[in-house]
Formats: sequence, C-alpha cells, structure tokens
Amino acid sequence: MTRRHPSITSKLAPAVLIAVLLAVWQLCSDLGVVPKFMLPSPTDVVTAFVEDFPALMTHARVSLSEAFLGLGTAVILSFVVAFLMDQFRVVREAVYPLLILTQTVPTVAIAPLLVLWLGYGILPKVVLIVITCFFPMTIGLLSGFASADPDFIHMMRAMGASNWQIFRYVKLPSSAEQFFSGLRISASYSVVGAVISEWLGGFEGLGVYMMRVKKSYAFDKMFAVIFLISVISLILIKAVDLLKKKSMPWNLIHSGEH
Amino acid sequence: MKLETRGITKSFDGTRIIEDISITLGEGELVCLLGVSGGGKTTLFNIIAGLSKPDSGQVLIDDEDVTGKPGHVSYMLQKDLLLPFRKVADNVALPLELAGTDRKTARAEAMRYFEQFGLQGTEDRYPAQLSGGMRQRAALLRTYLFGKSVALLDEPFSALDTITKSAIHRWYLDVMEQIHLSTLFITHDIDEAILLSDRIYILSGRPGHITDEIHINVPKPRAGDFTLTPEFLAYKRQIIEAMHLS
Repeated sequence: MTRRHPSITSKLAPAVLIAVLLAVWQLCSDLGVVPKFMLPSPTDVVTAFVEDFPALMTHARVSLSEAFLGLGTAVILSFVVAFLMDQFRVVREAVYPLLILTQTVPTVAIAPLLVLWLGYGILPKVVLIVITCFFPMTIGLLSGFASADPDFIHMMRAMGASNWQIFRYVKLPSSAEQFFSGLRISASYSVVGAVISEWLGGFEGLGVYMMRVKKSYAFDKMFAVIFLISVISLILIKAVDLLKKKSMPWNLIHSGEH
Repeated sequence: MKLETRGITKSFDGTRIIEDISITLGEGELVCLLGVSGGGKTTLFNIIAGLSKPDSGQVLIDDEDVTGKPGHVSYMLQKDLLLPFRKVADNVALPLELAGTDRKTARAEAMRYFEQFGLQGTEDRYPAQLSGGMRQRAALLRTYLFGKSVALLDEPFSALDTITKSAIHRWYLDVMEQIHLSTLFITHDIDEAILLSDRIYILSGRPGHITDEIHINVPKPRAGDFTLTPEFLAYKRQIIEAMHLS
C-alpha cells in the first residue's frame, strides 16, 4: 500500500505543473498580454488541431513512412556494420574514428545538399534519417556486443563454439539492452529528421505542411503540428519500450524472487 | 589415462607462474588439485581446457595431444555462467545446441536429467530466479551434457555459503555415483578436497609446482559424517603439513 504513494505523486506533480502552465498560457492570450496572432491560446490550438485533423493525418502518414523506411534501413545497416566491426579488428579500427567524425557534421547542414543531389522526392528524406539514426544504433550495438561477459565467451570457446555461435548465443542477446536504448533515441530522431528534411523541399509531409502554415501566419495550425509531432515521438518511444519488454522477458525478473 | 599433463610450464610477463606440472587422471577418477589462491591453479586450468598454450609441455586426453585445442573437456567455474537471457533448460541444453542439435530436441534431451540432478520444476525459469546452489547444479548438468569424458571443475562450489556447500557436496557425491565422470577438481578448500577425491595433488610454491600427491583410501560413497572421523582429520593434518613444508 505504501509503495503506491510515490507513483501517484510522481504522476500528479507534473500533471499539475502542466495544467498550471496551460492556464497561464491561456490567460496571457485571453487578456491580450501577447497578441493573439503571435501566440494562439491552447484552446485555439485544439480547435485548429480538430479542424485540420484530416490534413494532418495525410501529412503524418507521409512523414511516418519516411521515418520508418529510414529507421528500418538504419537498423539493418547498423547491424551489418556493428557485426563486421565486432568480428574484425581491422574493420573496427578503421571505421570507428570515421564514425565519430561523421557525428561532428550537423545533419541539418547537409540536408540542403541532399536535396540538391537527390531531388524533392522521398529519397533525400530517407537518406537524412538513415544518417541521423545510424550512429546511435551502431554505437549502441557495438558497446552491447562488447558488454558480453568475457567469461561467457571463454566458456563457449571451451565448449568448442565457433565465432558465429559465440556471437549468436552470447554477444547478440547481451546487446539487447543497448540496442533498445539506441532504438529509443533513433525512433524520435527519425520523426524529427523527416520533418526537418521536408522543410527543405517536398510536396507532402508534416514538414511541408508546417512551412505552408508558417507562410500564411497560421500560428494556431503551426502549434497543432508541433503538438502532433511530439505525440508521434512519444508513441514511438512507448512502442519501443513495449517491444523491449516483449523481447526481453528475462529482464522482468527480479533476482530476489524465487 | 583419461587425462595427462606432461611438464607444463607457463610464464606471464617474464614471471614463471607454474613449472613442470605433470599430473594424471584415470578413468572414472576424481582428482583434486589443491593449492592456495593465486598459486597458478587457474593458469593450469586454462591450459588444460585448451584456452591458452603452455610455454612448454603437453596436454593429453585419451593419449591424444590436445595442447592449445579447446573443446575436449567439459568445463565448469565458480561463476555458474548461466546465460541470463536463456531459460534454465535452454542453458543446460546449450552444449547440445552448439554441437548442432536443434533447440527443441536439445531441450528435450536435457530435461531427461532434470530429476536426477534435482532440478525438476526449474526448466522454464530464468537463472536469476534460482538460488546459488540450484544454479551450480544446472551448471554441472550443462557440463555433463557437454559429453566429454573428462570434466574440469574450477572451484565450482566456493562461492556458496557453508550450509549450501555441504548440501551440494552430498548431492555431488550422489550424482557422481551414477554418472562416473573422470573429473579434475581444482580447489583451495582442504575439507572439500578430502571429502570428494580419490587422489589429491598439492600445488604450491612460486612458481607453482606439484609438491605432493596424497591418496584418499576411503571407499565411496562416503558417509555424511566422514568429515568428523579421526581418519579425515589425519588426512587433513597430513595435507596442512605438506602445504606448509613447501
């Protein structure tokens, strides 16, 4: 019974804070502290969201498919690269500095280049998302593979296991935890990546829609899109958490219980 | 001889760790290698397991030279090394899977031994749900299922508390009555060595070398109160003296 208290207060406190902030925001808008055309009130945003819902969904579908395509490609690519880096020392030593180096290049800066090279279609968007998500996924997997207890590897070797078997039975499952942390970050990156790349050109998608409403000074619609993007990110993060729970049943067990 | 080492010597960074280790293990025999911690026991263990190569000397199993070749002995450590993400049955069945048996068959094969090893009911649990003693039983079953005729045990019970340890000793002697595994048992626990083994090698000095060989001429199965008999104490005295003399 006593254990329930902290979880209630931990949910209650942020909820109250959010409610207070929303109320202040609404008041500022209603009392004309900030001009309405510059800062729409929360109720205006909700109205815009409801009115624009069909359009938002159409654009969201486009952005989401870009995000999934990019994320999926990044996951597969990172698996291949991390596997090769784990298995071959030469590959690891050659690729690792390059991997770090590419991270210092801001993706927003190369996005216009991608548009020039690859046009206004889906391709530059997917490529940008792949570039953004590839790094956290690869690093996560690599450190996951490396986190396998060397005694397990000795034991496997003593039992005559091949390198592939050691990878499959020890390293791969040992990396699950880190894989999912990488995936969690990448999932939200992928949505943001899609939106940013759409800003720079395209015909459909939440980023394109955002630029459109910005040009018509429809700030209430702008806020509605921002709200939708964060909702989508949250849903994706929750989905990853759920997937993690499903794929790591051993993780739910507390060592105290037997 | 099931297992024989001839003149094994190994140095690390110029320091000689073990020197001229020649031991034998007969069919169905349980031989203890007794020595203080840090005396080179684990170095020798890794060489016999084929995980590292000696500077000189040979490891023979069934008269075949297997120096530096892993996969010829079953292997068990103080750490149970059960993979936390596999259920107990899948952990135990691992050596069968590694040998190419499909998962389902391997599991079924492993489960046949669960009762004999006192593990019934733990098949679908994860290792984290088992007590330390149960985990070591599972680890021993996995070692057994690796199916090599020689087992190498490195302080398998030394992480357990005294009560669990004496229970598992009794259990171990019982199980060994039935499965006749030729076993080289590495330990620093004198009581354990006397209780379990047919023969004891004493490894001591720096670099570590075999200073004594003691036969425990007490028939098996040994009674539960064997550790309280004058005979046991006489062996213990003999060993303590042998270890101090060196």
